Amino acid sequence: MAAGLNAYLLVGAVLFVCGVICMATKRNGIGVLMGVELVLNGANVNFVAFSRYTDLGLDGQIFSLFVIVLAAAEAAVALAIALNFYNNHLTIDVDRANKLKG
Amino acid sequence: MVGETLRNLLMIAWLLPLVGFAVEIFGGFWGSRQSRAAAWIAVGCIATGFVCSFSALMIWGNANHWSVLHKADHGSSHESHDGHQGEKGHEEHAPAGHEAPAEKHGAVSSESQYKLTALAAEEAATAHAAGPTVYSGTLYYLARFGSLDLSLDYYIDSLTLVMFTMVTFIATCIHLFAMGYMSEELTEEYVDHHAHLSNGHHVHRPGRFYRFFAFLSLFCFSMLGLVLAGNIFQVFIFWELVGICSFLLIGFYTERKSASNAANKAFIMNRVGDFGFLIGLMVIWTFFGTFRFGETVNGKGEVVQAGLFQLLQRDDTGNVIRDAENGEVSVGAADAAMNPGNARKTIPYFLLVVAGLGVFAGCVGKSAQFPLQTWLPDAMEGPTPVSALVHSATMVAAGVYLVGRFYPMFVQEVLLTIAYVGCITLFMAATIAVVATDIKKVLAYSTISQLGYMMLGLGVFGWGAGLFHLVTHAFFKSLMFLCSGSVIYGCHHEQEMPKMGGLWRKMPITAFTMLVGVIAISGLAIPGLISLSSVFAFSGFFSKDAVVATSLAFVKSNPSHFLLFLMPLLTAGITAFYMFRLWFYTFAGKPRDMHVYDHCHESPLIMTAPLLVLSVLAAFCAVGGEQGPLFLLITGDQPAHVSHGVAAVAGASTLTLPGHDAVHAVHAEAGTYALIAAASGTLIAWLLYGTTMVNVAEMKRQLSGLHGFLVNKWHFDELYDVLFMKPAHIIGKFCTWIDRTIFDGIIHGSARVMIAVSKWDRLFDESVVDGFVNLLGSSTFAVGRSLRVVQTGRLRQYVMFIVVGVVALFAILFTTFPG
Repeated sequence: MAAGLNAYLLVGAVLFVCGVICMATKRNGIGVLMGVELVLNGANVNFVAFSRYTDLGLDGQIFSLFVIVLAAAEAAVALAIALNFYNNHLTIDVDRANKLKG
Repeated sequence: MVGETLRNLLMIAWLLPLVGFAVEIFGGFWGSRQSRAAAWIAVGCIATGFVCSFSALMIWGNANHWSVLHKADHGSSHESHDGHQGEKGHEEHAPAGHEAPAEKHGAVSSESQYKLTALAAEEAATAHAAGPTVYSGTLYYLARFGSLDLSLDYYIDSLTLVMFTMVTFIATCIHLFAMGYMSEELTEEYVDHHAHLSNGHHVHRPGRFYRFFAFLSLFCFSMLGLVLAGNIFQVFIFWELVGICSFLLIGFYTERKSASNAANKAFIMNRVGDFGFLIGLMVIWTFFGTFRFGETVNGKGEVVQAGLFQLLQRDDTGNVIRDAENGEVSVGAADAAMNPGNARKTIPYFLLVVAGLGVFAGCVGKSAQFPLQTWLPDAMEGPTPVSALVHSATMVAAGVYLVGRFYPMFVQEVLLTIAYVGCITLFMAATIAVVATDIKKVLAYSTISQLGYMMLGLGVFGWGAGLFHLVTHAFFKSLMFLCSGSVIYGCHHEQEMPKMGGLWRKMPITAFTMLVGVIAISGLAIPGLISLSSVFAFSGFFSKDAVVATSLAFVKSNPSHFLLFLMPLLTAGITAFYMFRLWFYTFAGKPRDMHVYDHCHESPLIMTAPLLVLSVLAAFCAVGGEQGPLFLLITGDQPAHVSHGVAAVAGASTLTLPGHDAVHAVHAEAGTYALIAAASGTLIAWLLYGTTMVNVAEMKRQLSGLHGFLVNKWHFDELYDVLFMKPAHIIGKFCTWIDRTIFDGIIHGSARVMIAVSKWDRLFDESVVDGFVNLLGSSTFAVGRSLRVVQTGRLRQYVMFIVVGVVALFAILFTTFPG
């Protein structure tokens, strides 16, 4: 039997929730980035699933490609930040990064 | 050709002093204050001017084959005929005959610009050439307003040339003299002993040698421009320039209160006269439509408009031609003939009188005639060379010169006014001179008096006599002023005659030359020295004789105006008296103040040389009298109606103006009277001051009332003080009161209202406007402050916000759009 749309959406939702929990709980900067990747990929699964099961056509898939590219770029920037942060503080604990406090 | 040469020569003479001025005024800037360079430049300019003027005179004479000098040979009847032909002849031949004399006369008139105006055709054809020769034309166009042409013209006739030569010559002498006299100014620090500061010290200032000569040059430029002027407006321009120079020179010692007051007084008095001058100009412009004396010539040599002197026409009796119906004077019959399109214009007779009186008013101011005479004595505050140049020989002579130049425009009523003004002036000034003790003041009053003689001479129709006296007076009066300058210089700026006396031993040259001047002005003569019919005399005798003779001729034909003869005759005696009094007081007798006497000395050569030169001319310039070269040169181009007189016409004028024949008839008689008067004046002066026979102080005491009256100058200063100064002060006080109470009240009231209004305005601004703006600001600030707490800087918390936000969005989405 072929898996239905809801199955994909379920997988996407699980990925999203995992990613969010990961971001919210991890104090390690790299872990937070991983959480971000999970959230983005959860969204990608949704895009692709909608692309397959509805009449969106290729639009969903192109969107997911954009998301991947953006994720890569974002990861590059974020890792650079993390590296610099580490250079200055000898840690990548995001709780220590509170300089932007209002 | 001759015209062009004359024009160029006189222009050089005229403009060189201006160049000199432009260089000299920077003397303190370019050179040292101890340098005499400025003076040498000034002397160079004016001396070159003299050479040019004199050569111009010679060229003019040669071009006319010296015909003016031969006139006397033809006898008086022919002479009058000549003169009559002069200006009239031109008009008769104006339209067609204009080119005819030009061809006969060859090159002279073929020049397009320069034309022999008033050239009698018949005379030109004969061997000994022309009658009056006038060269006129335009040098430079200043501006054109409609039909009003403002231009710099020239008008050259024998009078112009004689004046040029006289002015430049005397100016050269005075420049040289001034180089010695002003030498004290050749210093970086000059101490003015007559000017005090408020702390009682003398004024110390840099020397102003160069500036003095710059002003002298500017003055010469102005005076020569005035003489050369070819239209009455140009005369006015230079008239004012002369006034300015006079102001600058009188106020040369500007730190002295008296000098600056005198400068102001001279300037303001002249303005009063110039007001009349302006009125005259307006009348002339309105009714004649031109300011030019001579004709206006266009580029092609065609006469486009007649000059003032041709516009006003006189009939055979010498009276102006008047309309039979309304008595108005016709203007420009000659012009109408030239331009047939022009309608014949007329001018009401009284306006012609007004124009004449207006121009004469200017002359009254400039020549210090009654009632504007009070500035001249005060003007003696200037350095003595200034008095010699400006206040005796040239500037004050400008008024007389203008009366002479403008003579064709004066009608009988104006001439009578001129005569009476001159008559009053000459007597009044002479009486004041009798009691003056300041050596320069005596000369100042004598100048006024002699100017009165000139005016009188002109007024009683002695055109030549008045101007003759002008020239001779210029020589002997500048000589005497320079002598007084020499005395003042030698006595270390002592001017009071009572402190002098016996100075001839110390300064023989000055005393001798002064004596020449005194004899000249007194009009003393020795009859029958050379031949029985002639007299040996210095210049003053001849010219004064001419004036007195003319006035006698005038009085003989108009007996009711007998004062016009008696006063000058009486004054001739007074003149001799006060001039010899001056000489005896200063040079003869015993020294009265040993301090002054011991320290005085003869002046250096640079000052005495001009004295000697001038004394020769003062003595002999008028040699030959009215048959002599000077008189004939001056009268060479006299106005046409002068020589044969003007007859009384019933209904028009009751005055008969004497012609040359009438004057000639009484000449010997008048000369005898004048000589007797002068001799008795001299005798009295000798008795009173030359000997010790009469106690002068006792006389002064007994006549103290009269003496005081004369010392106070007939109370003219007081009179003007009461008449003009006091009312002006009262009006001024009244105006101040109005300003203080009414206008200031209004202004202060409005200011107070403004303050009250602004107080309320401030209240509104501070409470309402400021309150609103502040409220806006503080509320924005409060919002920002409260939002600040959200920015915790904790990353994971932000994620939680996102999550909660997403969940909340979903919740809203699903509750708002279920299904």
